[in-house]
Amino acid sequence: MRSLDEQVQEIKADVLGIARDLTLLEERLLYPSNTQVAVFVDLAAGETFRLDAVQLQIDGELVAHYIYSFKELEALQNGGVQRVYTGNVATGSHEITVSVNGKLQSGREFSSSRSFSFSKGVEPKLLGLTLAADSGEAGIELGDW
Amino acid sequence: MSRLPTLLAGLQLAAVSAAGGAEDGLKDLYFGEALYYAHQGEYFAALERLDTELAQHYGLDEPALDALHYHIGDAEFSVGDFELSYRMHHRAGRAIRAVLEGDVEESVRNEAAYRLARIHFQKGQLADALHALERIDGRLPDGIESDVEFLRANIYMATERSPDAVEVLRRLQGAEGLAGFADYNLGIALLQSDRQGEALQQLDRAGGIRAADEAALSIRDKSNLVLGTLLMESEEFDEARQALDRVRLEGPLSNRALLSSGWAAASAQDYDRAIVPWSILAERASTDAAVQEARLALPFAYSQLNVHGRAALLYGEALQSFDEEVERLAASIDSIRKGRFLEALIREEIRQDKDWVIRLRTLPETPETYYLMELLASHDFQTALQNYLDLEDLRVKLESWQSSFDAFEDMIGLRRAYYEPLLPDIDGQFRELDSRIRLRRQQHELLDDRLQDLLVAPRPEFLATTEERMLSEQIARIEGALRGAEGARAAELRERARRLRGVLTFTLRTEYHERLTVFDEHLRSLQQAIDLMTERYESFVRVRQAAVHSFEGYEVPIRRLRTRVRDSLATVGLLMARQGHALEVVAINELNARRERLDNYRDQARYALADSYDRATKARAEAERAAADAPEGAPGPQASAVDPQGERP
Repeated sequence: MRSLDEQVQEIKADVLGIARDLTLLEERLLYPSNTQVAVFVDLAAGETFRLDAVQLQIDGELVAHYIYSFKELEALQNGGVQRVYTGNVATGSHEITVSVNGKLQSGREFSSSRSFSFSKGVEPKLLGLTLAADSGEAGIELGDW
Repeated sequence: MSRLPTLLAGLQLAAVSAAGGAEDGLKDLYFGEALYYAHQGEYFAALERLDTELAQHYGLDEPALDALHYHIGDAEFSVGDFELSYRMHHRAGRAIRAVLEGDVEESVRNEAAYRLARIHFQKGQLADALHALERIDGRLPDGIESDVEFLRANIYMATERSPDAVEVLRRLQGAEGLAGFADYNLGIALLQSDRQGEALQQLDRAGGIRAADEAALSIRDKSNLVLGTLLMESEEFDEARQALDRVRLEGPLSNRALLSSGWAAASAQDYDRAIVPWSILAERASTDAAVQEARLALPFAYSQLNVHGRAALLYGEALQSFDEEVERLAASIDSIRKGRFLEALIREEIRQDKDWVIRLRTLPETPETYYLMELLASHDFQTALQNYLDLEDLRVKLESWQSSFDAFEDMIGLRRAYYEPLLPDIDGQFRELDSRIRLRRQQHELLDDRLQDLLVAPRPEFLATTEERMLSEQIARIEGALRGAEGARAAELRERARRLRGVLTFTLRTEYHERLTVFDEHLRSLQQAIDLMTERYESFVRVRQAAVHSFEGYEVPIRRLRTRVRDSLATVGLLMARQGHALEVVAINELNARRERLDNYRDQARYALADSYDRATKARAEAERAAADAPEGAPGPQASAVDPQGERP
């Protein structure tokens, strides 16, 4: 049994290596750095509101609509960051519109939307959305990474 | 009693604790992404993300400028945690060892030593674990001092240094986050040190702690169960029953506690009291070994109370439930032999549910999974099952990747078909443009040099307009024609030419600074145009490169990856077959052992049933005879008692 267990561990390491190389290949092939844009979502520290869904539009086009499971929400509340979208845009100025649906601790449902401008250069563009529910209102902040 | 696995369970308290990030918040989104997966228990994805991020980080010329630099300690620690959680014990610890050997702060090095010790401990490498702890020197990060000492105590206990463990655990009494665990382990350490009296007192304390969370409640139950068992062994039955009655009725240890509580009462000849816990237990799920024993013990208690009719009835019910159970076991074993067990385990729709083990056993069409909960109690089975499920996940991933290679190749083929015919013409146009651009750049550089020269040594004629230059050349020609001519007319013309030259020189000199300013302004605006042109030029070069990179250079990596995926898939298939077989063997052996025990119970029940009927019949006959013989109003005779140990299952 022990020897078999060791073999299982070895194949796990091999497959992890394949996964890593495949991810890099995929990124190179599908999202070259000069056009790559990735959007991440996290919750502000200590937030406990229920996040139901996040919707993203880039330059008016819907690119992501994500509905959260309980497990995913817990992972965000514990400090995890979710990559909600990876795609391609041309270099230059763009606009991202973020819509958030959820429920506040008071039990009130909310829906909030904000737009931000961002500039895409030749390097990959990483955008971090931090969601909060300060003073009973949902807040969306965009960080440039 | 094998205590090691029991007492080491407390270490799970310090399980994966992927740190949040740098002191002033998360700096690296990809590290946060790895944590996101880890918090959901998806350790493969977490490891893949973090491995990639770490490899890229160390591949940089200046890693200190990378966002992961702020989290590098946490990231290395997390890799170890994730590897342990993903049951890759062999690899776990490599990254942490690298931190330990690196040039890091004292507190970081000490935390690395602690984490490495924890990994060694979980891998069963106790000497290495202790050695890692001995490397801790100086300041520890806040909040892990107690964890370090708790680990040290656990290592001492596992290496038969219980007196040392006692000393450490005494200092940890009341430590935050260890409530119940330090108390319970101290009791066990005292027991291992042959200090029975102190051990019982300590376990009594651990069994009475106030607790709110499930982990502390469970360890409190465990303390009471162990205490009750020890007191029973010492024939202190009343005290044993009191300890056992403190175990929660709905907790995971309640069945064993109820059974033992009944035996504690029965051992004290207090059968009335024994009936209470056994009656509760006998109504529970029939797959549990304690429940099965209770179904035999309950009628035994009634028979000791001379309630033979009730005893016979309950023996009959027990016999029926054992028959059904044996039948179900036989069906399960048969189903496992036909391979259905493994098929059921990997049913995707079931595993989506977090309570999949419970759901699986309730499916009516899968007798093979009915005993899954009970089988999971065996360590060998758990390891084999986890490995099998991990292999199945790998198989699904590899198969999905295998099919994605075709899509990649299609995509690359389409890009090649689009770009290749276009590129020669584009390259031709670009070469022409490139030569013009080079020329313009040279001209710009020449003018810039001239401006620099003029700033050092003024040369007004360099700033003459075209008309002025033509005029100057014309005057020079006139001057040349008049050279050598004589006479008044020639002298007059020479004077006029000189005046004209004078006017021109005057204009050039007086307007020199103004013209230099204009020249400078024009050169600056030309610089802007040149910058824009350079930007466009570079952008074109990048786009041109990207176009080529979109279809060139993938053939070899894809071919290699395809081969690796194919080979891994074959290995996974082989290992799944072996692991599956091992799983089936463990399951069948376990179920066979259960069947043998039930067969034994059935024999006992059959004998006891017949005996109870005999006694009940005899008692009734005696009662009827006595009623007929005795004068009206006299009490009936008592049935005879039997030896409890003789009938104990």
